[in-house]
Amino acid sequence: MQKQESLLKVRNLETSFKIERDYYNAVDRVDLDIKHNEVFAIVGESGSGKTALALSIPQLHNMSYTRIKGEIAFEGKELLGLREKELNTIRGKDISMIFQDPLTALNPLLKVGFQIEETLLYHTKENQARRKEHAIQLLADVGMVNPELTYNCYPYELSGGMRQRAMIAVALACKPKLIIADEPTTALDVTIQAQILDLLRSLQKEMQASIILVTHDLGVVAEMAHRVAVMYGGQIVEMASVGELMHNPLHPYTRSLLASIPHAGEDMERLNAIKGIVPTLKYMPRNGCRFSHRTPWIPQDAHEEVPQFREVTPEHFVLCTCYKHFRFEDEKSGEGVAI
Amino acid sequence: MALLEVEDLKVYFPIRGGILGRMVGNVKAVDGVTFSINEGQTVGLVGESGSGKTTTGKAILGLVPIKSGVIRFNGEDITKYIGKNRSPYRKSVQMIFQDVYSSLNSKKRVRDIIAEPLRNFEKLTKAEEQKRVDELLSIVGMSPENAYKYPHEFSGGQRQRIGVARAIALKPKLIVADEPVSALDLSIQAQVLNYLKDIQSELGLSYLFISHDLGVVKHMCETLAIMHNNRFVEFGARNDIYNNPQHIYTKRLIASIPDTDPDKKEENMRRRKEINEEYEMRSESYYEAGSKVYDLTRLTETHFVAMKS
Repeated sequence: MQKQESLLKVRNLETSFKIERDYYNAVDRVDLDIKHNEVFAIVGESGSGKTALALSIPQLHNMSYTRIKGEIAFEGKELLGLREKELNTIRGKDISMIFQDPLTALNPLLKVGFQIEETLLYHTKENQARRKEHAIQLLADVGMVNPELTYNCYPYELSGGMRQRAMIAVALACKPKLIIADEPTTALDVTIQAQILDLLRSLQKEMQASIILVTHDLGVVAEMAHRVAVMYGGQIVEMASVGELMHNPLHPYTRSLLASIPHAGEDMERLNAIKGIVPTLKYMPRNGCRFSHRTPWIPQDAHEEVPQFREVTPEHFVLCTCYKHFRFEDEKSGEGVAI
Repeated sequence: MALLEVEDLKVYFPIRGGILGRMVGNVKAVDGVTFSINEGQTVGLVGESGSGKTTTGKAILGLVPIKSGVIRFNGEDITKYIGKNRSPYRKSVQMIFQDVYSSLNSKKRVRDIIAEPLRNFEKLTKAEEQKRVDELLSIVGMSPENAYKYPHEFSGGQRQRIGVARAIALKPKLIVADEPVSALDLSIQAQVLNYLKDIQSELGLSYLFISHDLGVVKHMCETLAIMHNNRFVEFGARNDIYNNPQHIYTKRLIASIPDTDPDKKEENMRRRKEINEEYEMRSESYYEAGSKVYDLTRLTETHFVAMKS
């Protein structure tokens, strides 16, 4: 078997959106490898390009104003440049999606059971009776208390957590090798979130599928992921195993983000707030370190002119050299810009 | 005497049915809630969606009709002001909303948004009003030029700060903050929370802080109320709730917070499982028939819990 080969190989990916007449890169030259049987998390704030990156893999963007360049190889097969028809044999079968809001992602006019069967109808040769049996089995797998009853329900008849389970059932229908989960628990209450995360984790172990988990919640990342990439301004600024990233974060952005979480575990008087805002796509600086203008107290010569993505310790990658010189604004004496 | 006292508050919404639209039943959105807020204190209200936390907040502001109960502000019963505009009570209690995109009028300039409460309640000259608006903007860390912009020109965090400036314009005593940061990114959330704390100590404000995020609530509040099925299941000081939770729902809630330490992953999962088992085995000691929550009983001076005694 080619187990050593990564499941998904992304090279030099650029996804750009059209604003007025020009295209702007929302994902800027990103390299990524997803291994078999791993949960890979992509974290970042809104506007960091994490969803743009995730949706580029099955090419779910509206292509009338989107350009995708680079290489996306899934099990050695190049996905970019495939025709819509060929892509549809992969979408939902080998690569499936779990969206944030199950009420908008599920069709309100169709029964839950039918929406699961739809995927089976498209991708498998199962007959009607077998499909129904399969759909009910899937509903049971995702922890529905009464799968036969849920099979005949419309999405509005289910609670938020149940809907998200139904959506996971749709995503799992064809035993995908890669599941892209875009903020799967953001719309849910914490207690339900914990249930859904526990479910996803056990299903992932059972099915040996890989998950790309897109989220802004570092707590969810720590609970779920094996490896993490932190995105800012369309680039991956740091990538490491989850333990390494949480215990030994290096990039200024990762460190600032971790310091701004209000913890339930410990007391803090003030939270760290990151200065400024994420620039909009049109005004994102294209040269130098993109995070530099939010840490103005770090001398400019700490940044590289052309930031490089380097392996600092084994399997721990950081963009730019500024992490060596980073300190929080109120750390140590000699505040302000010391040049 | 406490600044705000709420006694056995009940808010029912009618369910209408049949051809004549007669009332056929009630949704008991808030079903007997009692608590008080002291001056300068922050009380957190935590619960899942549909638990009645926002309705409680709205009832305190007089925005929904109440079924029964007493709301006392500075000793005065304010239930008589419900539904009345421009009552003196409206001046002293303000609200900060969750959705920063729908709570600011997109056709008004920031200046007019912030000045609106001033125009309703205080007769200021143009110059005085401008001075006051500039002051308010500087309190929330924005420069006076911003007064002439429209809301769409701002980011989410800045919009929420405009919402805060509007809320403090009339120098209120109490602010009901309904999920003020849940629509914001982490770094922006930190900014807004810091501002809320600064303003509190500067102006001596009290907050009723409604949120579903236990991390945020712990950071902001000294006293917490946990709400489930439209009643309080537990009420107590921060320490009581986080270090010594008694009710199964509180325990579940705390165990559900995702921990940023990946090494505790297994332990957290195990704890959640244990709590679920306990819930299934002993649910009748936490909930009456029909999953109604019991009345609160006193455990210690500060700690109350709703359990079968």
